[in-house]
Amino acid sequence: MSGVPARITYREACRQAIRAAILADPRVFLMGEDVGRYGGCYAVTKGLLEELGEERIRDTPLSESAFVGAGIGAAMAGMRPIVEVMTCNFSLLALDQIVNNAATIPHMSGGQFAVPLVLRMATGAGRQLAAQHSHSLEGWFAHIPGLRILAPATVEDARHMLAPALADPNPVLIFEHIMLYNMEGELDPAVQGVDIAKARIRRPGRDVTLITYGGSLFKTLAAADALAVEGIQAEVIDLRVLRPLDTATIIESITRTRRVVIVDEGWRSGSLSAEVAMRIVEEAFFELDAPIRRVCSREVPIPYAAHLEQAALPQAEAIAAAARGLVRPAR
Amino acid sequence: MTAKVHLDRAHGVHLLREMLRIRRFEEKCAELYQAQKIRGFLHLYDGQEAVAVGVMQALGPQDAVVGTYREHGQAIARGIPMGPLMAEMFGKVEGCCRGRGGSMHIFDRQRRFIGGNAIVGAGLPLALGLALANRMQGRKAMIACFFGEGAADEGEFHESMNLASLWRLPVLFVCENNLYSMGTPVGIAEAETAIWQKAAAYRMGGEAVDGMDPVAVEVAARRAVERIREDGVPWLLECRTYRFRAHSMFDAQLYRTKEEVESWRKRDPINRLREWLEKAGHLHPADLERIEADVVAEIAEAVAFAEAGSPEPVEELERFVTMDEVPQ
Ligand SMILES: Cc1ncc(C[n+]2csc(CCOP(=O)(O)OP(=O)(O)O)c2C)c(N)n1
Repeated sequence: MSGVPARITYREACRQAIRAAILADPRVFLMGEDVGRYGGCYAVTKGLLEELGEERIRDTPLSESAFVGAGIGAAMAGMRPIVEVMTCNFSLLALDQIVNNAATIPHMSGGQFAVPLVLRMATGAGRQLAAQHSHSLEGWFAHIPGLRILAPATVEDARHMLAPALADPNPVLIFEHIMLYNMEGELDPAVQGVDIAKARIRRPGRDVTLITYGGSLFKTLAAADALAVEGIQAEVIDLRVLRPLDTATIIESITRTRRVVIVDEGWRSGSLSAEVAMRIVEEAFFELDAPIRRVCSREVPIPYAAHLEQAALPQAEAIAAAARGLVRPAR
Repeated sequence: MTAKVHLDRAHGVHLLREMLRIRRFEEKCAELYQAQKIRGFLHLYDGQEAVAVGVMQALGPQDAVVGTYREHGQAIARGIPMGPLMAEMFGKVEGCCRGRGGSMHIFDRQRRFIGGNAIVGAGLPLALGLALANRMQGRKAMIACFFGEGAADEGEFHESMNLASLWRLPVLFVCENNLYSMGTPVGIAEAETAIWQKAAAYRMGGEAVDGMDPVAVEVAARRAVERIREDGVPWLLECRTYRFRAHSMFDAQLYRTKEEVESWRKRDPINRLREWLEKAGHLHPADLERIEADVVAEIAEAVAFAEAGSPEPVEELERFVTMDEVPQ
């Protein structure tokens, strides 16, 4: 391997992560709908069946509850399954297994069983797939004690979050935003791994903190670029881990910038953005110089028509406007 | 192992004793519920003892059991000691799950008893995964998965039957058809009330058996287990049974007549086996007295164990929400 950073897509990073995990540990296998012959509904697992075989790359029937539950059972019995649910919209058919079994059994059994399961799923909107394929439900799952929720936004996280997720004795849900799969980024071979505990500051700044994750990271960075032109230095935090939240990184940033905008593709009501805001209120209320602002999806089922879909989602202009309003309030 | 059951004196008495242990244990549970020592939901197995006892005879220690929320009988027949079981219902830290699960969530790692599941049908997918893990790790073991006929209404039942058969997973599906899902008779919930026949649609073997007869259940279970071990394919065993008592402790039983319950009580699995053993000269009144006395003593000891138990310190409330390591 050369030591030169390679440019690869997020999709390729996910694929490399799965391949490496399966090659590294005989307990690891992948199962899900169309992960094998079809190559994955977002082409993440293309070629893996041919290389790794049917034992380790298992096409399942359209039975979300049964194969997610089977993943939980296999994890309890010593395997390290990676279960792919095509999108988080379909994970609702397995919600019972995730919430009532995976998240409860360790505690309910008095610590007799762990559920070292990794559940991957696509999330988010942007491809005109309409309401039943476009929702962002990671915030819902972040409500559940016992689960760890990851939202890799960069190629590096897509490549490296899987290994620590598999090493975690607890169920870990990984949400991959559909608009990121084609995104290219640099993968530095010097980086051998990442943590799955901390938020990261993706861009430092002193005037306002923009907190986001997943598919909204690049919109938020674009907003920060636009703000910089106007002389506003925005700090961008990528949460990376939605549960448990790395509150410390958030509070540290806010005590410096004293202003915050939270950007979340989930809906505003009862949301992850609300949780982040409340943590700030609880822990750093007196550090704030301005009200907390949020840029979230509009409260509608995400529509098909391109202009309506885009109007429903957080956009860089809206993020920049929210930040500008905090730093330079209209008089 | 052979599917034939040699019903000699020792084995017959063993089956009787196991059923009596469950029956008397649960009589005590009901009493302790009235005394408010046990709270929450309590689902008694009264009448269904032959199913768990019969099926467990066919399993070995390497096999695992997935139970329901009506699982005291399944747990006792699997060999979980009564002390930790009772302490669990008392909510004490000496309980098999430290008092976190209660009556509906009995787990015992050592005896491969994988819950205790109060979501109807939710244990079936788990059984698939346990079986898959065994296969992938080269362990020759199988999973017995218990559920009521109400679970056959659930999509998870059908998903699991299909996947188990498709992937040839060594699972013995044990449907305890007690004719009611809470107050809903099977006839108004299922288009095909012969649950075992659903196996055919998944190219799986199945059979119905008299669930009020422990010997019949054992024979059928051994036959099924033998096939599963040989061919590595799943099997659906429907045990036709009846619960004599209410669904839980909050059930006025408006949905069935006293006469119906009485007519089923005539088929009480314990009385039937006892009478058979007596007629065959295998059981004398003194034997029965001794068994009953042993069982009473075992239960008294379990209750004393539970009474003497301590509450888990509240400081440990959040322990095991997430695990620091995977228990081996
Ligand atoms: C998914 C789900 N739906 C409803 C319930 C409420 N409920 C608890 S027990 C029960 C009846 C189940 O009947 P069956 O499966 O035949 O088992 P039995 O109680 O007769 O042993 C119902 C509806 C539940 N626990 N889980």
